[in-house]
Amino acid sequence: MIASGKAVVVPGTNIDTDVLYPGVYLNIDDPESMKPHLFEGIDPSLLEQLGGDTVLVVGENFGMGSSREHVPLAMKAWNVRCVIGSSFARIFYRNCINLALPAITCPQAAQAARSGSQITVDAAAGKVTVDGQEFSAVPVPPFMLEMLDRGGLVSWAQYKLSQPRS
Amino acid sequence: MGYTVAEKILLNHCDADHVEPGQVVMVRCDVVLANDVTGPVAFRQMEKMGTSEVFDCSKIVMVADHFAPAKDERSAILIKRLKEWSLEHGVVFYDQGRGGIEHNLLAQEGWVVPGSVIVGGDSHTCTHGALGAFSSGLGSTDIAHCIIFGEFWEAVPGTIQVTVSGEKGRFVTGKDVILAVISQIGAGGGTDNVLEFVGPGTKSLSIDERLAVSNLTVEAGSETGIFPADETTTVYLDGRTERKWEAVHSDPDASYSRQLEVDLDRLEPLVAKPHNPENVVPVSELVGTPIHQVVVGNCANGTLTDLRQAAQMMQGKRVHERTRMIVVPATQKIYREALTEGLVDTLVEAGASISTPTCGPCFGGHTGALAPGENALATTNRNFKGRAGSPDANVYLGNAFVAAAAAVAGEIVDPAGVM
Repeated sequence: MIASGKAVVVPGTNIDTDVLYPGVYLNIDDPESMKPHLFEGIDPSLLEQLGGDTVLVVGENFGMGSSREHVPLAMKAWNVRCVIGSSFARIFYRNCINLALPAITCPQAAQAARSGSQITVDAAAGKVTVDGQEFSAVPVPPFMLEMLDRGGLVSWAQYKLSQPRS
Repeated sequence: MGYTVAEKILLNHCDADHVEPGQVVMVRCDVVLANDVTGPVAFRQMEKMGTSEVFDCSKIVMVADHFAPAKDERSAILIKRLKEWSLEHGVVFYDQGRGGIEHNLLAQEGWVVPGSVIVGGDSHTCTHGALGAFSSGLGSTDIAHCIIFGEFWEAVPGTIQVTVSGEKGRFVTGKDVILAVISQIGAGGGTDNVLEFVGPGTKSLSIDERLAVSNLTVEAGSETGIFPADETTTVYLDGRTERKWEAVHSDPDASYSRQLEVDLDRLEPLVAKPHNPENVVPVSELVGTPIHQVVVGNCANGTLTDLRQAAQMMQGKRVHERTRMIVVPATQKIYREALTEGLVDTLVEAGASISTPTCGPCFGGHTGALAPGENALATTNRNFKGRAGSPDANVYLGNAFVAAAAAVAGEIVDPAGVM
């Protein structure tokens, strides 16, 4: 899976899902209606940089805390194509893979990227290119690569349901 | 090479004939849980997946707890959806007044036994490790998949073993054990791992306290925190469940990614400062910090044990005039027991507000949001910026003794000085 877009940097370590999408809006279940509340607890002005194809650049232990899928759902709804970071919290990482949003661990690329940098990610090859400079990412395990290639867990489930029951 | 308890449970629930950390396997679920926030999002994903069939309606549980009682129309619609979906699919649904906070409720009602696999659309599903289960918090798309197929993909985690030794002091609880662990390894230190709690000190931790310990393991990034079943577990489950179970323990030659120790003899009441549960200091370092709201409740520390501890501190005392105190029994049953034991009377007489069981005040959903500049001391599990209302408020996390003592003093104090 290859993804590319303009970098939007979300600074800081241990960015939790509460600041990424405050709990008071968890009674919204439609991704389009989640969009205005993304980043509300950290920096609502980040939304001004979203819209076109975007690669989010994040720090260590990004997405810690709640299992709320509202965060990657809202990111997808904003055309975020990929998240590259130093490391990810477990449930956030799972949610991204399940929604076919590549979450790529590549601390060097995350350090090199600036707001507006042009980023291309080749998940299968483990390569991240930031303004022409290439970095090696932590390899994405084969199962997760397949999930990304299939279009996420919804498509995966559709495929399984279409197979004759054994 | 032997297996850890987590590896053994996963091996028993998948088709692989061997497991090791990092390997991806499909794991069968014994219980699939969701709530009014994560359930409706999962149902949307199920519709996209193209089926409304569930794998086994006797293994699926829905609980209205986050926005219940509904705080507004939008929340009421979600709860209505959860209820209607549950009725339509014949799965168990716990409505307000009939259940409580999902994790305490599941343990209480005998859904959880040692060796089982519990998944939930809530990050604090890790709580069920307290009963020797492998429990995993998942997002809504994962939950949709589990509802349909009864399984989830899992990268087998490593295990960090925590050996607990010594005896607890008077005002030390399970909360302090897990805060000590989070402080040692940090908010991301348990990522790709589960915690396993062993050692002679675990004997002095009741199931209520173990629930608190396991509950906060996710605040260290861990998938769950497992207490292999022992006599305490057996006594707790006796008469509570008809599910068959066997205790699962790690092999002596199992391999651990890390080993830690917590010495109860040297542990004092701890507090996690804003805005991260890893910012742990002894309560003595924060003495004098003014507290405007105290919350005793949530899936970590809204148990009968916590309510007893709070009531002991409040007996014959008043909530300080600077401070509001909210007490949230975690389940309807705990609420009734607290009434029977006179705990509610003690707390109300002291000036505390008692809420029906709900997650509201913990995640800033409703019931007890904070204004800018206010400080809260809560027995909850997260103190992230803005989580409990204003981003300019501060939440300190501590045990129920520490919380109730702060309610009396209007500021953080050593609980020994209040009682």
